[in-house]
Parts: sequence; C-alpha cells; structure tokens
Amino acid sequence: MKSTRHQAQHRTPTRVAVAVLAASLVAVAGCSASGTASSGSTDDAPAATSIDLVGFAVIQSVYEDLAAAFAETDEGAGVSLQGSFGASGAQSRAVIAGQDADLVALSLTPDVTNIVDAGLIDPTWADDDAKGIVSNSVVVLVVREGNPKDIRDWDDLVRPGVGIVTPDPGTSGAAKWNLLGAYSQALGDDDDTAAAEEYVGKFISNVVSWNDSGRTATDAFVKGTGDVLISYENEAIAARAAGVELEYIVPSTTFLIENPAAVTTDADPAAVAFLDFVRSDAGQQILIAHGFRSVSGVEPTVDVEGANDPSNPFPDVTAITVEDLGGWSTVNKELFDKENGLVTKLRG
Amino acid sequence: MTLLAQVDRARRPAGRRGARPGEVTGGAGLGLGLGVLWLSLLVLLPIAAITSTAFSEGPAGFWAAVTDSEALSAIRLTVGAALLVTAVNAVMGTLIAWVLVRDPFPGRRILEVVIDIPFALPTIVAGLVLITLYGPSGPFGINLVGTRAGVVLALLFVTLPFVVRAVQPVLIDADREVEQAAASLGASGFTIFRRVILPTIVPAAVSGAALSFARALGEFGSVILISANLIGKTQVSSSYILKMIESDEPVDAASVATLLLVVAVVVLVLLDVVQRRTARRG
Repeated sequence: MKSTRHQAQHRTPTRVAVAVLAASLVAVAGCSASGTASSGSTDDAPAATSIDLVGFAVIQSVYEDLAAAFAETDEGAGVSLQGSFGASGAQSRAVIAGQDADLVALSLTPDVTNIVDAGLIDPTWADDDAKGIVSNSVVVLVVREGNPKDIRDWDDLVRPGVGIVTPDPGTSGAAKWNLLGAYSQALGDDDDTAAAEEYVGKFISNVVSWNDSGRTATDAFVKGTGDVLISYENEAIAARAAGVELEYIVPSTTFLIENPAAVTTDADPAAVAFLDFVRSDAGQQILIAHGFRSVSGVEPTVDVEGANDPSNPFPDVTAITVEDLGGWSTVNKELFDKENGLVTKLRG
Repeated sequence: MTLLAQVDRARRPAGRRGARPGEVTGGAGLGLGLGVLWLSLLVLLPIAAITSTAFSEGPAGFWAAVTDSEALSAIRLTVGAALLVTAVNAVMGTLIAWVLVRDPFPGRRILEVVIDIPFALPTIVAGLVLITLYGPSGPFGINLVGTRAGVVLALLFVTLPFVVRAVQPVLIDADREVEQAAASLGASGFTIFRRVILPTIVPAAVSGAALSFARALGEFGSVILISANLIGKTQVSSSYILKMIESDEPVDAASVATLLLVVAVVVLVLLDVVQRRTARRG
C-alpha cells in the first residue's frame, strides 16, 4: 500500500502540469478563435480622453474604424475609444445597472428608451433629423453558394422543405427585425393581416434553428444547418468580405433596420463630438464601407467589398419601417408579447 | 460530496491524526468562520437573491412561471437529459478511470490529458466543434442538429471528466493486496470486483456523477448550437431562462432557476444517501 501511494504522489505533479499546460493551450486557442466576437478595446496607448462606448456586438469593427478616423480630426485628437460589445438587450441592462458609458450604440430603439426611462439618457436624444438613428441596414436572405434551393424572395422561404435559420426574437432583440420583415412584407399593399399571419405561420414552421444570437445563427448556418439564414445586409457583406462563402438576396420588399446611438447625461463632451462625427458624411462613409446604409443619404464614394455589386452596393428596395407598423410599442405588443404576441402564439 | 466521503474515510482510522479537542476547535473556529463567510458571499447570497425574485409576486407567480407549458417542457428535457447523462457517466467514467489506472498502455499519458479538455475548452467552442462533427455537413453523415440526442451528446461531452477524475485517485490508492487476498481465498474475478473493488469506488463514482448532474442542469454554451433551440423539443432550461431575462420577465427566469436548484439539491441529497450506504457497507 505504501509503495503504491508513494508512487502515485510522485507521479501526480508531472501529470497535473502536463494537463494544465495542454488545457491552457487549448483555452488560449479557443479564446483567440472567439475573442473578436465578445469584447475588446481600441485603447492601444494612454490618451488624454477616453470615451466609454457600450455597443451591440456587430458594430465593433466599424466603431474601431470610426474612432481611428475621429482621432485624426482636430476635435478628436487625443481621444480614444474604450469599447464594450455584446448583445444589445444585455448591454442596455448593463448600462441601467451602472456600467460606465459615455455613448451607447444599440441594435434597436427600445434598448435605448429603456435607458432613457432609467434617467441616464436625456429624453430629447432622438430629436435630431434622423430620430437618433446613426446607421441603417435591411433584412436580407442569406443562402449557400450557388443558391441550391433557388431562393429569390420571401415566398420561397415558405415552400415545403426549405429550412430557415434565424436568431430567436425571445433571446435576441435584434432578431425582431427578421420577424418584422417576414410579417410586414406579407401585409402587402392592402394591409392584409390575415395573409401576414398565415405567412408568418408557414415561415415559423419552416424554421429549423432558433439561435440565441445573430452570431450563433450565422455559425449554425455556416456549419450546414438549414437552407437560408435571415440576416442583415451589413452582416452578409461583412461575412463575404471576411471570406465566408455565401450569397445574399435583397428582397424587393424588405424591412428597414435602424440602429440608434445616444450619449448619456453625464457623458464627456468628446462623446458628443464623436457622435456628431459618426453622423457626419465622413463617419457615414466609414459605416458604408462596412456594409451599412447611410442614414443621411450620402452616396458611397468607395467600393464596398463583400457586396453583391461593390460599385453599387445598396440596391433600391421598398423598405417598410417600424413607424409604418405603428411604432415599437405596437409591434412589441402585437407580435412579441410573451402571452398573446402573434409570434409567441404561432411558435407555441 | 467528495469532501464528505473523504471526511468519512479519514475519520475511520481515528488514531494518529486525532489531536486534542481544544487545539482542533481553535483552528476550526476560524476556518469555519472564513468558510461560512466565503460560502455566503459566493453561493448563499446569490441563491437567496434568485429565490426572493422568484417569489416576489407570491407563490402564485412562482407556480404560474414553472407550470407554463414552454417552461415545463424545457425543465423536463433538461432534468431528463441530465439524469441520462449522469447514469452514462457513472458507468463510462468508471470504466475509463479503470483503464487509465489498471491497464497501462502506450499513449496513456496523452489520454489522461485529453480527458480534461472538455473542462478547459470554452463551451461555445465545444458547441462549434460538435456541430461541425455531428451537424448536417459533418464527416460521419450523422446529423444531430435540432434533436434531443444532440443535447445529450453535448452534455456527455462537457461532463465526461467528473466521474473519471473522481474515481481515478481512489483506484490508484486502492489496496491491491486485498484483491490478491480475496483471490487466494478462492474468490472469482467477478466476486472480487463486486465485493472488494466496487465498494471502494462507488462513493467516488457517485460524487463524480453528482457533479456531472449539477453541471448538466445548467449547461448553456455547448448545447445551444446543436440543439437549435426548438420550443417543446430541444429548448433547454438555461436557454429558456435567458429568453425570459431578455424578454424582461425576471420572475419567470428566477422561478425556473429556483426549481432547477431544488431539483439539484434533491438529487444531490439522494446521491449522498446512496454514497453513505455503500461506504458503510464497504
């Protein structure tokens, strides 16, 4: 007994060391693979002023570019951006719970109004021409290369045998845009709610994967799940620019995605200047280069890499807005209410 | 659980270590205070907060939240899958530990390291790996996306090390002379396993199984991709809880979490009883 125990004790440290080493190597590899999606900072060197940005996940790279360009301007000299990026709803709650923020840039307006209700953003934040919106996009249909299921428009999604992948509007506020797109285009010119309900019912029964975020929905689709991913034009463009092999279709009638941004009540003046820069033509060009549609209507001056047609990246569409459907409080109640919302009922 | 078992074992040969009561109490008092404070801050306080949120609208609010049909099917799937995974782990984990300790083979050291990888891998990476291998474009032609089998597979992956790592040291320490004595007295291989080895390793296997059950109840990252999160079919409780948080329904989220805590406590206590019984018999 004694000899075995001695042997065991003798052997253990090496084994543990090897295991720890291997585990940390794996962990490091895993982190570097997924690190860009979670959070990061653009703070390379100590600067005079730092803006705390709390933003939704997909805008990380574009805001890093915006901050770099802002630092080149007279007003932005010495200003750096300290970014925190994550799911829009979670970021909104974090700010309400007390996370430092000079500027919030979120996926949808209700996430900002929740912060306004908590008294941390001035109620007049959306009084500018663009109603607080800094970037636009539209809902698009992402398919595999060669479009094997020949998907051209919304009607093709509800054919038997077509598998749809979308983030879950229950867990991802941003996914509400996708369901709004499916619903609103089916209303048609005569505002036919019965037809829209029927369409959404067929749409929902064709969904093969409801993912917790846009990120995991894209992962599931890229790994082979389903035939079509409901996504945003800017995300499809960014994915293609990054070398992911997929195609996207911009339906002739689709939904306008409007991403708001606002400064907090006790924000550093640099944050106000930075938000003005984001809204300026120079700022909008940077958003355009990342696949977003401009809010102010400036025309692209550069080719947009990853777009179907880089020289004419944003085809004209009939874009339905939340305002057309009666605003956020109406659509949240009618479509997404936990008890009686149309989407909730059709899924249950 | 492991601690309890070890304390039980350590108590039995109470001789050399049993110092005078006065000395033990002095050190133990401080230790106990620190331990309780630590546990309170890290475990009890958050649990109290969750429970009070769950009942903030009274028992009726809690009851309505956990009897919601979507919540119920998520809870059923999660508890069922966790129980299945725990049972499989108890057997397979013990088997793997046995092979690692008793059957020296080339490459054993490498296997030892591989077993801990599920602990080290960020769970969302584990989810990506699983959907790559067992998804629609996987190399084996097996598609588990959106199936309950996929959920079980992900849970099996992340909980594998618990039983192995609990049983292994016990097997290393086991007194092989007792087995030889049993053999010399004419016991068959099966009898030796059942009467000598099993009583030694069952407490460890059970405590490892308990940990894997607890982990499986709360797992999120590795499951969420392969499950496809289909309501009433593959939606697990952790995903439902996230959904309730995102939909500004904190009472629903906390109620389901509280129910899962209760389930976990019940199963842990049951397993503890099993463990003590076998330890006494052995």
